[in-house]
Amino acid sequence: MHAILTLIVNGDRRDVGIPEHYTLLEALRYGLGLTGSKQGCDKGDCGACTVLLDGEPVLSCLTPAWEAEGRAVTTVEGLAEPGRLNPLQEAFQVTGGAQCGFCTPGILMSAWALLQRNPAPTREEIRAALAGNLCRCTGYTKILDAVELAAEMLAAPTRARRGGEGGQAAAPAGAVRSPDPAVAAAAPGSGSGRDTAEGLAGEAAAPAVAGGEP
Amino acid sequence: MLRLHEYRYHRPTSLGEALALLEEHGPSAMPIAGGTDLMPNMKHRLFTPAHLVALKRIPELHGIDVGEREVRIGAAETLAAIARHPLLRDRLPSLATAAGLVAGPQLRNMGTLGGNVCLDTRCTYYNQTLFWRSALGFCLKKDGDVCHVTKVGKKCVAAHSADTPPVLITLGATLDLVSPRGERSVPVADFFVADGVRNTVREPDEIVVAVRIPVPPPTTHTAFQKLRQRGSIDFPLLNVALAVDLDEGDVVRDLRLVVSALGARPRVVAGLDKIAVGRRLDDDVVDAVARRAFDQCHPLTNITVDPEWRRAMVPVHVRRALLAARTPAPAAP
Repeated sequence: MHAILTLIVNGDRRDVGIPEHYTLLEALRYGLGLTGSKQGCDKGDCGACTVLLDGEPVLSCLTPAWEAEGRAVTTVEGLAEPGRLNPLQEAFQVTGGAQCGFCTPGILMSAWALLQRNPAPTREEIRAALAGNLCRCTGYTKILDAVELAAEMLAAPTRARRGGEGGQAAAPAGAVRSPDPAVAAAAPGSGSGRDTAEGLAGEAAAPAVAGGEP
Repeated sequence: MLRLHEYRYHRPTSLGEALALLEEHGPSAMPIAGGTDLMPNMKHRLFTPAHLVALKRIPELHGIDVGEREVRIGAAETLAAIARHPLLRDRLPSLATAAGLVAGPQLRNMGTLGGNVCLDTRCTYYNQTLFWRSALGFCLKKDGDVCHVTKVGKKCVAAHSADTPPVLITLGATLDLVSPRGERSVPVADFFVADGVRNTVREPDEIVVAVRIPVPPPTTHTAFQKLRQRGSIDFPLLNVALAVDLDEGDVVRDLRLVVSALGARPRVVAGLDKIAVGRRLDDDVVDAVARRAFDQCHPLTNITVDPEWRRAMVPVHVRRALLAARTPAPAAP
């Protein structure tokens, strides 16, 4: 049986016609075309489908779609502003925190929820926050580095130092792609620029939506 | 990709409405709270209810009330809320610890205390897709008549795999249940039965409303130990919960020890009165209790980890729990 479900996704009110037995993940992916949230194990083990429900990380593959009605759903598509990555995403590029990338959207959401409630987490707190997200490529070190770097960038974007190891001094790919000087400013090693945290605070209040209609 | 079967999803906003829905739809309805156990089980076609009655919007199932003598926790409170609750961490540290060790962070944000108490038993031959199970000819817990663990047994030995019930048993907690036929209270110690097919006395149309836990006196020390393959996400391979009441000279007045995740119900280790109560909790008594627990536990191949190793870990974790209890307890992590 189909029905119309109203969701508030990344700050936008969206009506979606879906079968009543759909999960939130299916509503996002097959109803709204928001395929950033990944269908991994699809049974609650891997964390690739993690989205924020009223700011808390949950597994959308196990959440009945109707449980999300009227609540704020934040997906990975809501992190970046148009033409400008979220510093957390920048940090993953800088450190090489994403390899195949399949687990990354879920990890970004768990990490984003952590940084919202704890802007200066310890390494141990980051590990605990990401303990429900499996990655089979990286061995996690670069992921933890990325979240530490993102916290630095958000706290003091102009002073952010390079995270990760080794001597890769090149600007992150996102900075190269983006024409926005703020991204370059947020990039480690760059001299000065607009306060990215400001832009981010605005983003958190009214996240932009990427991804279009199906 | 694991597809769900088609069902109607009801979202009552009162207990009365939920009970009416369960009564109206009878055996074709199931209650659902956090869904972290039922949803994957439905994806594996272990349950195919035509109606789901969602419990999370029911106000009576919410609230954490910490009194001087008793704590009442609404059954729909999440495990995350319990794990981080400052008063619970102070007064019921072993419960807060156990709640904080269930699965991973996202699942604790979703899963509830009531759901954890009612968690379905788990087995290598049960928690599999319909395709996998059909290839093996099913098992006696679901759709079949043979047990692949014991080969000859006619009783299901799927493992009780919840983390909070062993703690609740050591604390003497009680469940408040309600059904269309009325209300009743059941001690958690009497809630489980040794039948892995359905290991609780909860009727299918009964809802767990709340868990009531007496606040232990300051002389009671509690501990919880969980063994699993990874430090997160995994179900337990072995759980140990204990509550020990000590007098000023560390002499044991009362000792309750529960070992779980081996068989279909948590095992209360018996015979501790003779070897521990009235004695000082010294290394000899710790060893004797650990040995007694080992003697009473007989893990099976219901989980894909060597049962002999799981058995060998019983005294190790009992000893750790006792030593943690003997040392003035720090607050839960």
